[in-house]
Amino acid sequence: MNLMTERSLEKAVNDKMSAQVNTIKMQGKDVTVHYGEKQALFGVSLDVPEKMVTALIGPSGCGKSTFLRSLNRMNDTIEGCKIGGKITLDDEDIYNPKIDVVELRARVGMVFQKPNPFPKSIFENVAYGPRIHGLAKNRHELEEIVEKSLRRASLFDEVKDRLHEAGTGLSGGQQQRLCIARAIAVSPEVILMDEPCSALDPIATAKVEELIDELRQNYTIVIVTHSMQQAARVSQRTAMFHLGNLVEVGDTEMMFTNPTEKRTQDYITGRFG
Amino acid sequence: MTDTTLNPAAVAPAKVVRRDIGLKRRYAAERRFKIYGITAIAIGLFFLVALLYSVISNGYTAFWQTEVSLSVKLDEKVIDPTNKRATDPTVLLTANYPILVRNALAEKLGVSLDDKPAIRELSKLVSDGSRSQLRELVAGNPALIGTTQTLWVLTGGDIDSAFKGQIDLSVDQANRKVSDRQVAWMNTLAKEGAMAQRFNSGLFTFGASSRPETSGLGVALIGSLYMMLIVLCLSLPIGVAASIYLEEYAKKSRLTDIIEVNINNLAAVPSIVFGLLGLAVFINFFGLPRSASLVGGLVLTLMTLPTIIIATRAALRAVPPSIRSAALGIGASKTQMVFHHVLPLAAPGILTGTIIGLAHALGETAPLLLIGMVAFVANYPVTPLDPSTALPVQIYMWANEAERAFVERTSGAIIVLLLFLAVMNIGAIILRRRFERRW
Repeated sequence: MNLMTERSLEKAVNDKMSAQVNTIKMQGKDVTVHYGEKQALFGVSLDVPEKMVTALIGPSGCGKSTFLRSLNRMNDTIEGCKIGGKITLDDEDIYNPKIDVVELRARVGMVFQKPNPFPKSIFENVAYGPRIHGLAKNRHELEEIVEKSLRRASLFDEVKDRLHEAGTGLSGGQQQRLCIARAIAVSPEVILMDEPCSALDPIATAKVEELIDELRQNYTIVIVTHSMQQAARVSQRTAMFHLGNLVEVGDTEMMFTNPTEKRTQDYITGRFG
Repeated sequence: MTDTTLNPAAVAPAKVVRRDIGLKRRYAAERRFKIYGITAIAIGLFFLVALLYSVISNGYTAFWQTEVSLSVKLDEKVIDPTNKRATDPTVLLTANYPILVRNALAEKLGVSLDDKPAIRELSKLVSDGSRSQLRELVAGNPALIGTTQTLWVLTGGDIDSAFKGQIDLSVDQANRKVSDRQVAWMNTLAKEGAMAQRFNSGLFTFGASSRPETSGLGVALIGSLYMMLIVLCLSLPIGVAASIYLEEYAKKSRLTDIIEVNINNLAAVPSIVFGLLGLAVFINFFGLPRSASLVGGLVLTLMTLPTIIIATRAALRAVPPSIRSAALGIGASKTQMVFHHVLPLAAPGILTGTIIGLAHALGETAPLLLIGMVAFVANYPVTPLDPSTALPVQIYMWANEAERAFVERTSGAIIVLLLFLAVMNIGAIILRRRFERRW
């Protein structure tokens, strides 16, 4: 894939949407990622607009999770991982040595593929983030933050009577919403979601999707998903990855009805992937 | 439609030729394997039972000691003939107490004090340990002088063995340690109820002695306790810190690989080598005292460290990566991630490894022999710098003694050691359960 067409394409799409695109929250420019010898991303440039859901789609191993994980530097924890290019958050380079990765992750939260609540009580799960970042002055404030976060994750009514029971005792869908509440509790600006529904049944998936749609009002969300329908349902912008390249990015509606790239069309209609 | 297919009567009985997929062979293999397993467990159990049986049957008698009840007259003429005790208290310490006991026994059995051979045999009936027993009594309360006290006095080691039926009395008396006359006295006293087996508290309180009836595990217990405390206080923090650094912080490099290989090698180094190391480094180089439980503890720490490090690293590695990602994902620093999430989850494994390492150290003998803890220590060590022995070393030393009474003490000490090990292992299981329930 040559870079020129990709760039111009992206520009065209961006131009087309500029009327309704919000300000750009995060931006990747020529992002390359190497895992040791193996290159996983080949110069991806992608804008993440504020207070929208951006879906990253593409077949397995196409680099969408890698791109997502470089947005809050979770790739730093993988040994031998090298990142090139530039990623900005509010026009600040997040790989700048002056940027503290702990602070960055407090601003760019993450929800993982498999629900991973801490083996502690529901309350402690949500309270942990605010506590380590010193967001609450006293117990009362902390309780408020926990309740607010659980309400936003539409979990509060289900768990209000057992806040001090183990978070791991919840059902899969509830656990994932607990993880979302935990991410929200530190008031991030961006929430990254790495296939948040792939371990959930359809009912739980529907609930989480509904929740993502609500969260859009307050947060910028980037979601990696394997499910075309999910991307269509929850996202406003969709980016299609293939073999470590960004194939196409644009308005979700347009991507699913009238994709510019043949590969996108093939993938969406299930001809490969 | 479903009805017809489900109804067997409706289906024509088709002849199906079954393929031979070796089911019989597979089941036979499974049965064979089960039999191997059961056999292996049975063999293990057999040897365990045999071991426990031989130790317990030999050793349980060590917890009882034959004693004689005597009315001892604390005669002033014997203890303090010149009445100097007010000015010179050492008189009370050097007095000839065994004579008092001998006289009391002679009186009880009606033996004339002039019958010298009989008196000599008679005095062997009671232990020389009666000297210290009376000395402590009188020195502690000089007002008792001149009164008559009823006391339980230890019998001699051979009499103890004979009373417990461990000496074959059918052998000619010239070839055994107990004479016929002594046996007769023994029986008389037993009939009166004046000679009986009582709980052998001395086994846990006495220090080293050449007489079996007055030798005990007191010094060894204190020495082992000091060593365990030193091992715990040093190897747990050092081992856990080293493991956390290696597992969570250190970048994989050639150096960490070398360290890893060496830690695994250290765990396999024969313990006697650690003894030599301790001798060379702690005693010869640093000039620490010989036979001291401090040196023993340091040597055992070196020996236990690799075990704890390996167990801790395994426990840390077993913490699911998702927990680490979760903590990092909401902005915990690496140290917060380790101490708030990883370490608490790894704690049961770390504790188990530590207690198993400690139990291993408690039973270790070879390195202690080299740093001089195989010593005759009669007095309690006050600090870890004082000479002492350890439980397994005491067993080793008693096993070298010839008297029958030492044989049972050896087994008795083994029982004590095994009990300690069992308590530690049960403790490990309880701790692990408790922690696991909390999480």
